[in-house]
Amino acid sequence: MNTTPTAVTSETLHASLAGVLSDEALTWIEDARATLGRAPERVTFYSAITALRCGRAPLGAALPGWTADDAVRVLLLCALRPGLADGPLADRVEEVYRQGDSAERRAVLRALPLLKLARHCQSLLRDALRTNDPRLIGAALGPCATALDQRAWRDGVLKCVFVGVPLTEVAGLRERMDADLLRMFGDYAAERRAAGRPVPDDLAAFLDLKED
Amino acid sequence: MPIFDPHIHMTSRTTRDYEEMFHAGVRAVVEPAFWLGQPRTSPGSFIDYFDGLIGWEPFRASQFGITHHCTIALNPKEANDPRLAEVIDLLPRYLVKDQVVAVGEIGYDAMTPEEDLAFSRQLALAIEYGLPALVHTPHRDKAAGTRRTLDVVKESGIAPERVTVDHLNELTVRMVLESGCWAGFSVYPDTKMDEDRMVAILKEYGTERVLVNSAADWGRSDPLKTRKVGDAMLAAGFTEDDVQTVLWHNPRAFYAQSGRLDLPGGHDADAVEYAGNSVLRGVAKEA
Repeated sequence: MNTTPTAVTSETLHASLAGVLSDEALTWIEDARATLGRAPERVTFYSAITALRCGRAPLGAALPGWTADDAVRVLLLCALRPGLADGPLADRVEEVYRQGDSAERRAVLRALPLLKLARHCQSLLRDALRTNDPRLIGAALGPCATALDQRAWRDGVLKCVFVGVPLTEVAGLRERMDADLLRMFGDYAAERRAAGRPVPDDLAAFLDLKED
Repeated sequence: MPIFDPHIHMTSRTTRDYEEMFHAGVRAVVEPAFWLGQPRTSPGSFIDYFDGLIGWEPFRASQFGITHHCTIALNPKEANDPRLAEVIDLLPRYLVKDQVVAVGEIGYDAMTPEEDLAFSRQLALAIEYGLPALVHTPHRDKAAGTRRTLDVVKESGIAPERVTVDHLNELTVRMVLESGCWAGFSVYPDTKMDEDRMVAILKEYGTERVLVNSAADWGRSDPLKTRKVGDAMLAAGFTEDDVQTVLWHNPRAFYAQSGRLDLPGGHDADAVEYAGNSVLRGVAKEA
């Protein structure tokens, strides 16, 4: 079981888009990135219209679970980096999240590690984990989850099992797994068995590990 | 019989409604922003409401196999509350979102000067953001209100084929169709319009530029009324093609003018209806 999603860089995003987008869309991205360097306040607008300009084509095996609009939004957010210090950058990124729909919010969560902002933006991770939207919960437990303390992280992982987010989306799950989370998994499995309901396969794999 | 309900307030409905709608053939809905029964007291309430229309509700619908888009606006009733005036300034940030396929519901409730202002400002926003407009007509003084509505639409400069004038009846349908706007009908358990009256209107005026919706909300209403109109049309001698025109092609054509309608099978009309493996094709086979 692969428990560590592939590390994403702006180079891998550029490369994956080159094969999927039209020249017109690729030019639009470069123009938008140049504009954001000068006018970072435009980022909420560009984030909103990204899918209308670039579509939502899946990016394939290199970036499983990513679509073109995800990758473009992350590249747009990265274009803010050179002009802004951590504080103002975090404010801009938070604004995109707060004003965004679920796709835009997921892109922000995916961009945080590339922007080295996950610690500044812990409140966004916690916001995403409070939702019941599997796209946001899964993204909050991706590479940006290094910013979560162990208690919040454990609760988030258990929530994945509850709402059906595959545990393969949790970055570094085996490395970060601890006795408390194993106990929580075990208790949850016991609850399911007592109710006559099946234990999710994801969970069973870890319970086997515990018995080893 | 794949069905597109062009006006339904799913925020007020249950998951059982979604299940029954799917079973009846509903595969796409548009949820217009409107009032919630309980008046809101601040613009912040609208932010949460609009965020739900582009966030939680489309996710909820997707779990039941239904594609959800919305329209965004300050509704006519609450346009009269001075505490909410700045809601109109919040609209531009929503009018660029993927899920938003029109400005609406706008129009008149009590035909006040405040409603005049909100109506014309929001028609201007529809033009500026390249969106169609969904216009509510008043329940009281409907014929006069509809005439005035059409005057304001004409004056705004928006193309009439980009406007639906909704909640029509026998007395208001002719003037709306003659104006070039789309004619919307909300079929309710006992008010507004019923299935048999709807069939009579379709017989008299034809199926072109006619939209049928359930407008189901938190009041006494029925989210399956679109299907019931389809059944009544067939019983009255309309063909399957006629039913598909009214319940699928027409709403799709109206909202596709936004350039943002994203239905199963893609934007292309033929892909939606004829692709062998699309969800909707499967439904058509079952029907």
